[in-house]
This record gives sequence, C-alpha cells and structure tokens, in this order.
Amino acid sequence: MSEESGKRHDSKRGVSRRSFLGTMGAGTLGVAVTGRTAPAREAVTVESDGTHPVTLRVNGRRFDLRVEPRWTLLDVLRDHLELTGTKLGCSRGECGACTVLIDEQARYACMTLAVEADGREITTVEGLMHGEELGPVQQAFVEEDAFQCGYCTPGQVVAAEGLLRGNPDPDLAEIQKRMSGNLCRCGAYDHIFKAVRRAAELRRSTTH
Amino acid sequence: MLPQFDYIRPGSLDEAVARGAGDGAVLHSGGTDLLGCLRDGVFTADTVVAIGHLAELRGIEETRDGGLRIGALSTLSEIAAHPLIAERYTVLSLGAGSAASPQLRNQGTIGGNICQRPRCWYFRGDFHCLRKGGSMCYAVAGANQYHCIFGGDRCYIVHPSDTAPALVALGARARIIGPSGTRVVPLESFFVLPAQNVRRETILEPGELVAEVLLPPPGVGLRSTYRKVRARGAWDFALAGAAAALTFSDGRVNGGRLVLSGVAPIPWRAAEAERVLIDNPLDAETIRRAVEACVADARPMPHNGYKVDLVRGVVAETLRSLA
Ligand SMILES: Cc1cc2nc3c(=O)[nH]c(=O)nc-3n(C[C@H](O)[C@H](O)[C@H](O)COP(=O)(O)OP(=O)(O)OC[C@H]3O[C@@H](n4cnc5c(N)ncnc54)[C@H](O)[C@@H]3O)c2cc1C
Ligand code: FES
Ligand code: FES
Repeated sequence: MSEESGKRHDSKRGVSRRSFLGTMGAGTLGVAVTGRTAPAREAVTVESDGTHPVTLRVNGRRFDLRVEPRWTLLDVLRDHLELTGTKLGCSRGECGACTVLIDEQARYACMTLAVEADGREITTVEGLMHGEELGPVQQAFVEEDAFQCGYCTPGQVVAAEGLLRGNPDPDLAEIQKRMSGNLCRCGAYDHIFKAVRRAAELRRSTTH
Repeated sequence: MLPQFDYIRPGSLDEAVARGAGDGAVLHSGGTDLLGCLRDGVFTADTVVAIGHLAELRGIEETRDGGLRIGALSTLSEIAAHPLIAERYTVLSLGAGSAASPQLRNQGTIGGNICQRPRCWYFRGDFHCLRKGGSMCYAVAGANQYHCIFGGDRCYIVHPSDTAPALVALGARARIIGPSGTRVVPLESFFVLPAQNVRRETILEPGELVAEVLLPPPGVGLRSTYRKVRARGAWDFALAGAAAALTFSDGRVNGGRLVLSGVAPIPWRAAEAERVLIDNPLDAETIRRAVEACVADARPMPHNGYKVDLVRGVVAETLRSLA
C-alpha cells in the first residue's frame, strides 16, 4: 500500500486530531438536489492514521472537515459537529437511535462511514426544527406523549420524517412496517404510531 | 470506535478488482454487514475498498432476452420497490423487502446481501471457532437453537440472506469480475457448504466481486412468493423461510424451485419436494407430500428441533398461497 503515498491526502501536518472541524460555510438551505444516483466521485486513498477532507451538508449548512477512515457519520455528528440530538444506542445497526436522513432516506449513522457521506445532504433531528418552534413530527410526538425515557425519540422522529416525506399519508400497517427499524426499550410503540399519524395531519395542515 | 483501516475509493472497476485482491483488503458496498464485523472483530481489514460509487455496478434494467439485470449496488429498498420485480419476480421483491430494517434496506445492497457473513453468535462473538480458523464449532455442544437442520457438517451456521433463496428459486446467475476475468455462475453454485470449505460461504476468490445479478425471463405461468418466520414482528433474521417459484400449466405444476432460508448453511433447495410437486396439481394432498419431503432429511440439533415444524408450516403456507 505504500507505493501510493504520492496520491495521499496527507493531513496530519500541524492539525490536531480533535480539531479538524474546518469552516462552517454559508447556509445552503433549500438546495437539496437529491436522487438515488451517487455523485461522481474521484479516486481516494487514505491511510489508516491519516485523514481525508470531506464536505457534509448537515441541516442545510455546509461543514468542511477532515475525517479518519474509521470514523462513522455518527462519530462526526456527535463528537465533531456537536449535533448530539442523534443518539448512540447499539452502534450495530440494531436499534435506530442514530437514524438520520441521507439524501432524504432514513439510514443509520452508526453504520455509515463519514468518508462515504462526503457530499451528501444530511438531516438530523436538529434540522427538523422550524426556527425555535418544533417541527410537525416533533410536535406530534409531544402531543401524543410518544416517549417515556426519550432516548429513542430523536431516531423515531427522524425515521417518521423520512417515512412521511416519501408517503405523506401512511396507514397503520405501513407505519408499523416503516418504523420497525427503531426500537423503543420503554415500549412506547402505540403512542409512537399514533404520533406518526398525527404528524401526517400536522404536516398536511402546515405549509413549509 | 471502529478499528483502524486504510480506505481506498478506486477510480475504476479494474482498480477495484486489483485493490480488492490485495492482502487484507475487504470490499465495502453499503457497509451494513462489514462495519458490524469489523467492530466486533469477527475479522480484521488492513484496507477497506469502497465500491459504492462505481456506476457500472448500478441500475436495474431489462435484458435483451427478456430477463432482468440487477446491478450489485442496487439497494434492497430499490429492489423491493421496483414495479417490474414485484410483478414478474415477486419472490425477490418480498425477499428484499423482508430483509433487515427499513434503514438497512436503504443502504444495504444485493451484492452485499448475498456476500454477508453468517450470524452465528459464536462466529460473531468472542469465540475462535472453526469458521474463523479455530478448531471447533461451539454450536455443536452449545446454544444451537438458531443453527441449521440441513447441510451442517463440522460447522452449523445458517445462511442469513433473504434475497439469496429467492435468487436460487428464480434460477438467477451472478456475473463475477475478478483479476483473471469475468465468469457467470448460477446462484445455486455460488454458495459453499461447510463440507466443501468451512472458512467461507461463497466461491469468490480474492479480488473477485459480484458485478450484477441476472434473472432469466420469467417462465410461462410463473407464480412466486417468499414467506419468512422470525422471532418477532420487527426486523429479524429468518428462523425459517420458504422461497417458491413455480410454473403452472393446465392447473399443474410443471417446473420451478422451492428453496428454504434460515435452516441451512446455504439457501437450501428442497429438491425432493420439487419432485413431488412436478406434474401434480397444487392441492392439499400434493402439498402434504411436498411438506413431508421437505423435512425428510432434516437433522435437527439438540435445541432446534422446533425448526422442523416451522419448515412444515412455512412450506405449507407458501405453497397454499400459490395454489
Ligand atoms: C441489524 C441487522 C439486521 C439484518 N437483518 C437481515 C435480514 O433479516 N436479512 C438479510 O438478508 N440480511 C440482514 N442483514 C444483513 C445485511 O447487512 C444486509 O442485508 C445488506 O444487504 C448487506 O449489504 P451491504 O451492501 O451493506 O453489504 P456490505 O456490508 O458492504 O458487505 C457485506 C459483505 O459482502 C462483501 N461484499 C459487498 N459487496 C460485494 C460485492 N459486490 N461483491 C463481492 N463481495 C461484496 C463485503 O466485503 C462484506 O464482506 C442485517 C444486518 C443488520 C446489521
Ligand atoms: S446506534 Fe445506530 S442503530 Fe443503534
Ligand atoms: S422512550 Fe425510552 S427507549 Fe423509547
């Protein structure tokens, strides 16, 4: 692997591991050009102890930072962008606490390498606020009392948002199926499913 | 945090193959299985070769012979939602749609799905078992309620994939690209029994990758479906499942396959049951005989005898739903 060093994005010079967070660029709200096709990507080689520059668009803001190959999107959101709304539960793709939207689709941030998220549009629970107001899905979770300890809630809310973006009026069976990647150890499922129904109504009645 | 590894995003498919053949290299498509394995130390990787961006491995389109080409990077969500697959190859649509959770289906690919590593808790856990190069299979004398009842030999894993049984049932082939060229292999010969090699689940050689899955044109009178039994309603791997793709003419079965999931180290073709079905109407008597043929050579372990009855039930339901 060492013959490639000329091509490497060497990163270690003069930057401490913990302070890679670079510029937080101007807002790019509303440009979400999404689609299934991955953006064209250039070839990259990063050594295990090196870092690579990535651009993440999180909740409409652009973040340029350097990441190690092994950092997950969850590591970066929580530990480097200080967006701690996204929770760490199992770190194995089993619980859904870390659910975010990547290019509009619900995915697990713990199972996504940050370097693989380069250039993607990412939405976390923080991005569902309307200014200081709760967004409709969040509001619905409050109204329906859809949590007990609340640990799974950010992931539930983002999964519900992803569901409703694709299907604004799901029936109960669809809700149960599409929310099945989010476990709730407190067993608040009935209320969660009601909240998703309520969120669908709220989303339809608000213009946003 | 994950252990350290080099990360390579090759510029081309050729480079991906060359890099994938390197010592200690592993491929990364969606990463939903790979990252779990690395985190749990099931195996180590010096280099992760990411292939998720390679356009050649994408897309779902009809082929000139009337079949379908599914690029290896197609996600399980894309496959489950594809109208043509739902209509013509229902068994695959249902298999993809019942795998894992919605989030994992949005990320997990079909290439990764058929190449995923087994879920045996000894293999995934801190046990240096036979499949990891050790000297014993801990399931033999251990907690084997989720292990196989067919095809075990020294190692007793079940194959975890929900798409593989559908692909075998449909007679699909995989186009494999590797350092020494391209080969096209029926999915049925793609998986490896422990008796053949206890260290791996597929025939892939170092550097080889699955580029696409090729479905033959749907047979005349094809009806297909997949049923999966799991321990709970939310996401889970199959305890037992049945993928059936049968063709009918004049009210009789005249061809096709029946493949079981969750009960063997590979997608398990119930060949004896297929023989019972051929040339017969799919009535209660045929189904009863097919069900018994399915379990005739079952070899349950001390804690998984219930799987024999599960197979009976799920096969009966599956066949009835096609009648
Ligand atoms: C909690 C959980 C539940 C799950 N439940 C199910 C389930 O019920 N049913 C089911 O079928 N699966 C299940 N899975 C397994 C699996 O992660 C997904 O189904 C997924 O399809 C894997 O695809 P991927 O692209 O993410 O694979 P990756 O993680 O990228 O790859 C998996 C393996 O295949 C290799 N690989 C990847 N692509 C290729 C290729 N094109 N050619 C050759 N080798 C390749 C990789 O090197 C790796 O070893 C589950 C996973 C988790 C974490
Ligand atoms: S923390 Fe990602 S799924 Fe549990
Ligand atoms: S509210 Fe406690 S885990 Fe869901």
